[in-house]
Amino acid sequence: MSSQTHFIGLNTITRRFASIPPFSERLAKRITGQKASTTVVHAVEDVSLSVAKGETLGLVGESGCGKSTLGRVAAGILAPTMGQAHIDGAAVMRDGRKNTTRVQMVFQDPFASLNPRMRIGDTIAEGPIAHGLVKKADAAADVARWLKAVGLDAEAAQRFPHQFSGGQRQRVAIARALAMRPDALVCDEPVASLDVSIQAQIINLFLQLRRDLNLTMLFISHDLSVVRHVSDRVAIMYLGRIVELGATEDIFLSPHHPYTRALLDSAPRLAADGAPVQDIRPISGELPSPINPPSGCAFHQRCAFAQPRCSQELPVLRSLGEPREVACHFPLAQQGEPL
Amino acid sequence: MSADTNMPGRAERQFPAGPPQGKLAPSGGSAVREATSVGAQFPAGPPQGKLAPPGGSAVHAVTSVGAQFPAGPPQGKLAPSGGSAVHAVTSVGATLLLQVRDLATEFATRSGPARAVDGVSFDVHAGEIIGLVGESGSGKSVTGYSILGLIDPPGRVAAGSVKLDGQELVGMPRSKLRALRGRRIAMVFQDPMSTLNAVLKVSTQMELAMRAHGKPSKQEMRQRSLQALAKVGIPDPERRLDAYPHELSGGMRQRVAIAIAFLNNPGLVICDEPTTALDVSIQAQILVEMRTLVREAGVSLVWISHDLATVSVLASRLLVMYAGRLIEEGPTGEVLRRPHHPYTQGLIDSLPSRAAPGKDLLQIPGSTPSLTALPSGCAFKDRCAHATAVCDTAPQQTVAPPRTWRCHHPLNMGAPTTAQGTR
Amino acid sequence: MNAATRPIETPLRGFLREFTQDQVAVVAFVVLALIVLLALLAPWITPQDPYDLSNLVLMDARRPPGHVGSKGFTHWLGTDAQGRDLYSAILYGLRISLQVGLMAGAIAFALGASLGTLAGFAGGRTETLIMRIIDLQLSFPAILLALVLAALLGQGKWPLIAALVTAQYAYFARTAHGAASSERSKDYVEAALSTPLSSARVAFRHVLPNCMPPLIVVATVQVANSIALEATLSFLGLGMPVSEPSLGMLIANGFQYMLSGRYWISIYPGIALIVLIVAINLVGDQIRDQLNPRLKR
Repeated sequence: MSSQTHFIGLNTITRRFASIPPFSERLAKRITGQKASTTVVHAVEDVSLSVAKGETLGLVGESGCGKSTLGRVAAGILAPTMGQAHIDGAAVMRDGRKNTTRVQMVFQDPFASLNPRMRIGDTIAEGPIAHGLVKKADAAADVARWLKAVGLDAEAAQRFPHQFSGGQRQRVAIARALAMRPDALVCDEPVASLDVSIQAQIINLFLQLRRDLNLTMLFISHDLSVVRHVSDRVAIMYLGRIVELGATEDIFLSPHHPYTRALLDSAPRLAADGAPVQDIRPISGELPSPINPPSGCAFHQRCAFAQPRCSQELPVLRSLGEPREVACHFPLAQQGEPL
Repeated sequence: MSADTNMPGRAERQFPAGPPQGKLAPSGGSAVREATSVGAQFPAGPPQGKLAPPGGSAVHAVTSVGAQFPAGPPQGKLAPSGGSAVHAVTSVGATLLLQVRDLATEFATRSGPARAVDGVSFDVHAGEIIGLVGESGSGKSVTGYSILGLIDPPGRVAAGSVKLDGQELVGMPRSKLRALRGRRIAMVFQDPMSTLNAVLKVSTQMELAMRAHGKPSKQEMRQRSLQALAKVGIPDPERRLDAYPHELSGGMRQRVAIAIAFLNNPGLVICDEPTTALDVSIQAQILVEMRTLVREAGVSLVWISHDLATVSVLASRLLVMYAGRLIEEGPTGEVLRRPHHPYTQGLIDSLPSRAAPGKDLLQIPGSTPSLTALPSGCAFKDRCAHATAVCDTAPQQTVAPPRTWRCHHPLNMGAPTTAQGTR
Repeated sequence: MNAATRPIETPLRGFLREFTQDQVAVVAFVVLALIVLLALLAPWITPQDPYDLSNLVLMDARRPPGHVGSKGFTHWLGTDAQGRDLYSAILYGLRISLQVGLMAGAIAFALGASLGTLAGFAGGRTETLIMRIIDLQLSFPAILLALVLAALLGQGKWPLIAALVTAQYAYFARTAHGAASSERSKDYVEAALSTPLSSARVAFRHVLPNCMPPLIVVATVQVANSIALEATLSFLGLGMPVSEPSLGMLIANGFQYMLSGRYWISIYPGIALIVLIVAINLVGDQIRDQLNPRLKR
């Protein structure tokens, strides 16, 4: 397993969140002889992914699919319940603490991810100084360099987050991540809260930085068109598991998993000549809750092609003979469905 | 969504550019206040936020000014004041429901008055769905609130007229406006968790909305509530009726909010980014449901959004706003395929779906100017590749039915717009 | 691409600008500043050091305002039962009130804010342990706690401060805990931790500064409370020694003379105390309103 093809390696990651009821409730239940209920949220279940050096892997899914949780595990913010995350062969976390600075995260909400009481220059310089990457005396110059790299003026370092627009704040957040000289970035919905025209600017910034710095990226988004534009490969997640994985254009042009297909069909989009596609076909039913996942395939209740086997047996992610993996008992390609 | 503008901090707080915190009550909100004062022990309205009626004071302020409205803002007067003939639409002969003329809404900020809406005019006919599109700070949400009279001080409707069924809404006394809100004209907001009262059951909230505009019996109210919930596609409406908002998923909550808006059979519903906070698959469901609902009920819809693709699924006509001004209007397909205004073109071009994967997207340089520091003349000129000296004077609105635009150098003028105005 | 080109208004400058827009607060602040100034200059602007027993002449005791004493100067506010010039005693008493109030407030702030931030940030057992102790302490009335401690620790300024701190740090801790818990879940904390930065650094350099607004509000209330509490303790005979009377003790000493017409011994110190506490409360009110995000127009 070369660490170049598996630059970011996520091995059998499972992450569950257990909410333990407060002590008083446990005591009360103990006294009355009942069992205290612990709700377990199955955020991520048995996910293995790898991203090659310099590659961008898009992670797509809706709420509750676990993409943000997986991203946080990859960035070393959350420890997995089972499994391990690696960067260039080295474990990202040790003893529940992040052990590396080589992978950094860019968050969704540009205002919330910056300390409102710190000047952005201090925010950007804090990490590098604390880790000895930059000496205090050189900090200002370093900050200026990163601000320039993201398209902001050096004098912006003196200002506070609330004095910037959303797009500018997101640039600051990117500068902060880059100042740590990472090899990999995990971007959690970095353009979701931005206007369309600003979104375009930030996407272009990502593309440029990726070229200039040869970054490896895990790009998380619910927006299919954005993911399609920036990713080399895409992984589709549903209720904590990967349901489809492959090269971006392959997946978008001929999806093999019914959920991927349904997602593409239901998204409002514009045709090539600009005309709106009005025939959108919504997926029926509600997103299941990660606390009580359905038996067998998590998608079977909403799937147009479901069979009895789908509710009994969990489909495993497997390759269909091409560099594509699907977790489905009856993938579309094999059904002879027109793709 | 974030307010992506350079507005001074104070102004940002005053701008209801999409109410993430739900500063305003649901369409039945004013009604909720009324019912409460009658003696029911309900907390009035959403836990955090101002209630609709104070907007009445803004209306009052304008009333006292009376007929002293400035004759429309200096720039962009409407060509002929012939009303609906100017805004001819696909449905020829359909009744004119809403007529907005030269609407201007101002907010007092530390750096001077900010015109969030400046000289906006459009028509809505019965059964029509129009899309009001723009980015943060474009004034699209404020337009929606201004129509409903939900602008609180330090904002006010500074000029213009809004006629619903021929009745002038600007300057209307509070009580009359309250009678209309929820009955003839309703609103659906972005975040259903703030629009719905978290401490009241769904059934209670629907009852309050119904009792505000009539005296139905308990039986009748339950019947109507169940019907309304079924119509918006909520499965098992009996159970949902007795639930609290937090027991429902995001999509369900928004459906409940929509059901409440449609409860009293309004003629016009204004939707402010109703699906922005929802997942893609739920959004698709709601869009399709809205389409059926609107067709069956014969209701008109004003759909406010920043997402071109979403709005285009439903809207037969698109209105594009920038810096408070209406810069382009026309049948949806036409506007998207052959936009006349460079901003609209830029907006479409910057969509990721328009560029080859991995290639840089076409981006509009710069950012939306602050409303207190707008450039003279065309507000877009500093970001426009086609700007010339003449753009220092504000462009007038050019009207060539079914399209209008406000630009000195319109694009795509070669291909004639089809008379049909295909969607 | 430039950020806003207005001159940078730091949070502090914005705060001061808003503060000066409220007339009541400005007046209260001026009064407060005046009191502080007078208290600071007390040794130089008073004719007598009321704590030096050798200065006191029993002959001059209980004299009304305006009386010219045997040392040759006028007692503008009269004298008390020991012959102290009341004007001097009040100014020195204000010194004590301010010293004790501010010291107790500052120490309680530091102690309580640290504990509360630690509890809110760490979570789990640490949080439970600390907060249960705080809750326990908050269930005792502050006066009771202070009384018991003052009685145990004896008289003097520092025992008094210790008693006040013990009675009050819990309020700071509880507020800090609430604010820290809520800040803890915000993205910027996660971002700082993911750099990675140490928990201690994040807790005290990132979370605590953002907990300041509610803490400052509590601080203004608690300083006023400290002063009132100190006066109460002194009134009851605990706290400062008899030879160094604070405002509370002056009021206590003069109580018995109220009905016999020698009102000045209690009333003037009482007025001084009220003015001080009201001024602090008015300034505190304004600070509280300004820092409350919900009330921002």
